[in-house]
Amino acid sequence: MYEQYRVKQLSIFSENRPGRLASVAKAMKEEDVNIYAFSIAEGAGYGVIRALVDQPEKAYQKLAAIGFTVRFTDVLAVEMEDRPGGLFDAIATLGEAGINIEYSYAYSGRRCAVLILRVEDLETAAGKLLERGARLLEVSQFT
Amino acid sequence: MVCLDPRIENLSPPELEEMQFRLLKSQVYRLYSFSPFYHQRMREAKVHPDDLRSLDDVAKLPFMYKRDLRDNYPDKLFSAPRREIVRYHASSGTTGKPTIVGYTRHDIDMWTTSLARSLTSIGLGPDDVVQVSNTYGLFTGGLGFHYAAERIGAAVVPASTGNTDRQIELIKDLGVTAMAATPSYLLHLGEVAEKKGVSIKDDTKLRVGLLGGEPWSMKMRDRIQDWLGIKGINCYGTSELSGPMFSECSEQDGIHIWGDIAYIEIIDPDTGERLGPGERGELVLTMLQKEAMPMVRYRIGDITEVDTERCACGRTHPRIRRIFGRVDDMLIVRGINVFPSQVEHTLMGIPEVGEHFQIVVERKGTLDTMLVRVELKKEAFTDNILQLIELRERISHRLRNSLNVGATVELVEPDTLPRFEGKAKHVVDKREI
Repeated sequence: MYEQYRVKQLSIFSENRPGRLASVAKAMKEEDVNIYAFSIAEGAGYGVIRALVDQPEKAYQKLAAIGFTVRFTDVLAVEMEDRPGGLFDAIATLGEAGINIEYSYAYSGRRCAVLILRVEDLETAAGKLLERGARLLEVSQFT
Repeated sequence: MVCLDPRIENLSPPELEEMQFRLLKSQVYRLYSFSPFYHQRMREAKVHPDDLRSLDDVAKLPFMYKRDLRDNYPDKLFSAPRREIVRYHASSGTTGKPTIVGYTRHDIDMWTTSLARSLTSIGLGPDDVVQVSNTYGLFTGGLGFHYAAERIGAAVVPASTGNTDRQIELIKDLGVTAMAATPSYLLHLGEVAEKKGVSIKDDTKLRVGLLGGEPWSMKMRDRIQDWLGIKGINCYGTSELSGPMFSECSEQDGIHIWGDIAYIEIIDPDTGERLGPGERGELVLTMLQKEAMPMVRYRIGDITEVDTERCACGRTHPRIRRIFGRVDDMLIVRGINVFPSQVEHTLMGIPEVGEHFQIVVERKGTLDTMLVRVELKKEAFTDNILQLIELRERISHRLRNSLNVGATVELVEPDTLPRFEGKAKHVVDKREI
């Protein structure tokens, strides 16, 4: 269920040294891949770069070919209204639904703002969010 | 069991000891007469060849050290005239000057005979194709295996080091069955082959690895055997002895040291006292037939144990266990002895990390810090940073348990630590002491 909401995020293992992020960005440029959002999580000495792109397969192949350790992680993308209070509305729903977040980041797109969520149990989270009237973006809306 | 020299390889222990005593006595007489260096060394130790009345009297003889070779650079140590020398090799000098080793025709012959006996004991012969992927040149690894493999009638592929793509092609196209290399290079070759879509196990005839030149763990051997389908044979020898001379037999249960060629002792590296079979200590070698230079009670610096029981293969000559470390590679971190091989052993027990690692030792203030950098395997990568931190802590905990000294662990990207085609250099010591 909810296959359409399983958005493929790229997770890239990277040592924390100058130029690593730039080489990811350069690879995306060379492949003509558009990056919607990215975030970096840092843990002593290395980090995980997470990115949402318009052509995840192509990006994955390229990064793997140039030696990056990369994998897909399924995330949910919750639509937010791009106005004061938009984030609160989205997060309040999460709290009510009792959903525990592993990590989250957001970006402001052309049509709306988007909250990216990584949760332990994606199925349950998607169900509960939809029940409470949250709008989830579908995979097709990213490609 | 096929033996190259069955009469010698199966001598009973008393017969072998008698032979060793005879060879030792004539060797010491010869050196006392013809080597000014060794003559003086014996005079200083107040010992005369006539003092040797049994094999145990070898303990009366003074030790020789690596520095004796350095101090007598290039050939002041030689015990044969220049016209009898037919070859030179040199060992990589880690402290500046290399050390030069000379060979008479007989020395080359004994070197070849020794390793040819070993190759035969593994089951290699005229049906085999042996790729020698050790450096040819001043380093003894290339030519040593080359001569020995030819002696047993095998076909030799003198590939030397480098150009891994070409090496893989040769293994496939020529039906190579055995390869002489360092264990870390063999694993590297396996990785490169896999990337090219070649499975060493399924797509080639390579079944025997003649491995040495660096300390390696049983776990590393298991990986070579399970993943690559190659029997990892431990080989031993350094340029001072002649070159690679000895190896395990097909039983893979210790390295046979041919007693008519070398007499071995194990000593406590601090006191110089002799240790018994099964006790771990520093290996001391006496080359019983070497002509070009004396090699008597040579402190080679390797840590091992000796086993004097008859091998399951039937051969009677003593065996040494694998090399556990080097007396001089031993790191002292906060007063604790640390061998890189222990770190390797621990890491091989953790499935999420690869076999490549680097130890960086620094001194911050008065305190030594040890950092172990290790490659995270691609398949072990997780998006969950907490799991990565947990892995790092687990490795750190295991290292502390096995080394008795704390180490910080850094996970690095796969294929980023240096690979070695010669001796692996795992330690970067930044301390200024």
